[in-house]
Amino acid sequence: MGARSESIPFRENAAQAVRNAALRAAMRNATGTFSVKRSHAIASVPIEEWRELASQVRLHVLDNLEEYVNRFERNAVKAGATVHRAKDAAAAREIVWCLLKDHGARKVVKSKSMITEEIHLNDYLERQGITVVETDLGEYIIQIAREHPSHIIVPAIHKSRRQVGNLFAEKLGCERSEDPVVLAKIARAKLREEFLSADAGISGANFAVAGSGSLVLFTNEGNGRMCTTLPELHVAVLSIEKVIPSLADLPKFIRLLPRSATGQILSAYVSIISGTRKAGEATGARHLHIVLLDNGRSDIVSGDSREMLKCIRCGACLNACPVYQTVGGHAYGSTYPGPMGIVLTVLLEGMERAHTLLDGTTLCGACGDVCPVKVPLPRLLRRLREQRVEIGFTAAAERLGMVGFGRVARSPAFFELAQKLARLAWKPARITGIGSTLDRMPMPATTPFRKRIS
Amino acid sequence: MRVQFFPTCLVDTFFPETGEAVLKLLRHFGVDVRYPKGQTCCGKPSDSGGYSYETKKAAEHFLAVFGGDPDPIVIPSGSCASMVKNHYPHLFKDNHRLRETANAVAGRVYELSQFLVHELKADLAGLKAQGIITYHASCQLTRELGVREEPLALLHSLNGAQFVPLATAERCCGFGGMFMTKLPEVSMALANDKLDAILATGADTVVGCDHGCLMNIDDAIRRRGASVRTKHLGVILAEGL
Repeated sequence: MGARSESIPFRENAAQAVRNAALRAAMRNATGTFSVKRSHAIASVPIEEWRELASQVRLHVLDNLEEYVNRFERNAVKAGATVHRAKDAAAAREIVWCLLKDHGARKVVKSKSMITEEIHLNDYLERQGITVVETDLGEYIIQIAREHPSHIIVPAIHKSRRQVGNLFAEKLGCERSEDPVVLAKIARAKLREEFLSADAGISGANFAVAGSGSLVLFTNEGNGRMCTTLPELHVAVLSIEKVIPSLADLPKFIRLLPRSATGQILSAYVSIISGTRKAGEATGARHLHIVLLDNGRSDIVSGDSREMLKCIRCGACLNACPVYQTVGGHAYGSTYPGPMGIVLTVLLEGMERAHTLLDGTTLCGACGDVCPVKVPLPRLLRRLREQRVEIGFTAAAERLGMVGFGRVARSPAFFELAQKLARLAWKPARITGIGSTLDRMPMPATTPFRKRIS
Repeated sequence: MRVQFFPTCLVDTFFPETGEAVLKLLRHFGVDVRYPKGQTCCGKPSDSGGYSYETKKAAEHFLAVFGGDPDPIVIPSGSCASMVKNHYPHLFKDNHRLRETANAVAGRVYELSQFLVHELKADLAGLKAQGIITYHASCQLTRELGVREEPLALLHSLNGAQFVPLATAERCCGFGGMFMTKLPEVSMALANDKLDAILATGADTVVGCDHGCLMNIDDAIRRRGASVRTKHLGVILAEGL
């Protein structure tokens, strides 16, 4: 990854994104559709009760994370898998590469996985000479466009079907079409060849079941099953907090995740993969390797932002966030965008790099309301802003202004003085353009309320 | 009935007419309104910015000014009311005395529409208004205080006015305190989205319970030269007395 100490130019990215009319239209369309579908999907179910139950399961896991991860490992091994622990992204990449090398794999098919985005696996494997093919339609689009996902479950959300049509025509040499059905068929035909010729499949996992050692995948296109059952070798890369206690807990998430994500009542496919292919079974990988990524999570779970690790990556908070809706995912310059992305990126990549993202919220609270596992996103965002101030990643002018505010707020005399000064300084400040936001506010009143009542 | 009035620093400084309107409204319903001297700001700006030291100082001051009186505190702002009601109790983890005061004060706080509906039954008073009205539901009012029905009950009760719901009423207008200065382009884009929705209703007046939002929407209106007006809930109700 190299040195990444420079902070993300979020404000500049956001300003640029706002001016991109095509992006705005695509984002408005897609996030609007998902939000409406979600509200329909939860309208007739006891959603608050479900959220509370799911939240409790996730909290319980975090309280006993090590124990559940160990239990998952034991049971996965019993079922025939090999489990690897990766401390960080580099270790995880290395493990995957060595596995592919050991099996002589030259081409891998991938089902959608944000963890492999987090560790920048594709770039790394390609540098080692491996051919990597994304098989989720959205990921496939992004891959041939040589971009990164702009949404955690809808990677190509920022693209219109027209753009996808142009892209396919240019990169795949097919006839130009804007019809999603035609485009899907083109991708399907291409991907079928890839599935059949791949040496290995790489997937993530939505959940890891401690009690049975199973991996659980939610997909809509069937590509996840192709990746995990057709090639001889299946490598699953997932982060440790994906674990849930037992299969009995799974229904709580089966009913919540798709509803929250896309407004579907159920995903088209829910795959439960328990170990390798057994004698007499017709499908399944012969070799299953599970890479459990920590990448700072053991530290996060003992800190005061631990509840972020409850997240089940549904993307509902992205769809609900007015800032995300407006600027799209790429503006965040991080693997994970939107409200959960801001929090997670600060936790994973550090304040120095990610502090700018903390400006990307109005604290409107919409994210907290839609989260299926009750991650207190508004509270976490506010808490991280406090940490940003504590460790000194806010601008000097802002700090000075806030010191002034603190003085004014605890002294009526200073407060009145500040009111007078604000009024006096108003016109000169507006004329000279100092404080560009002043021209979005009215002039302070000649006689403030406090003087009218006394 | 006696109440303490905290018009908020924004109303005090920029919109004193709103403060006067709320005063008139409360007095109309026979409320004895006291304006505690020495009040400043609740600390919401520093709280959103992450400046906890300054926030605590502002909160301590607020508690000193309002904490000694057992009367309800009426605040014509969802975000300031939520600041006192929901955020103050978490500020003083290490200070037992202030925590107790913060909890007690939090229990006495009313956002204006809450007080009007629950304590004064103002929605049954048959107030008057004119024109076509729509309503912007501000973020902390709805999602932190859970106040959704009260402003609507009041607006629906207005005789002579037509109420048209706003399609994206609960979507943030893009104000967000310092957000407005941090990401001005996004803030303005959100205000423009809000204005589009407002104009689509055909309303001549958009009512809100937070002057922060109204100020931001006003700016979008001014830039576009639209003819719709913003009005604080307290103002439109006082006009109908």
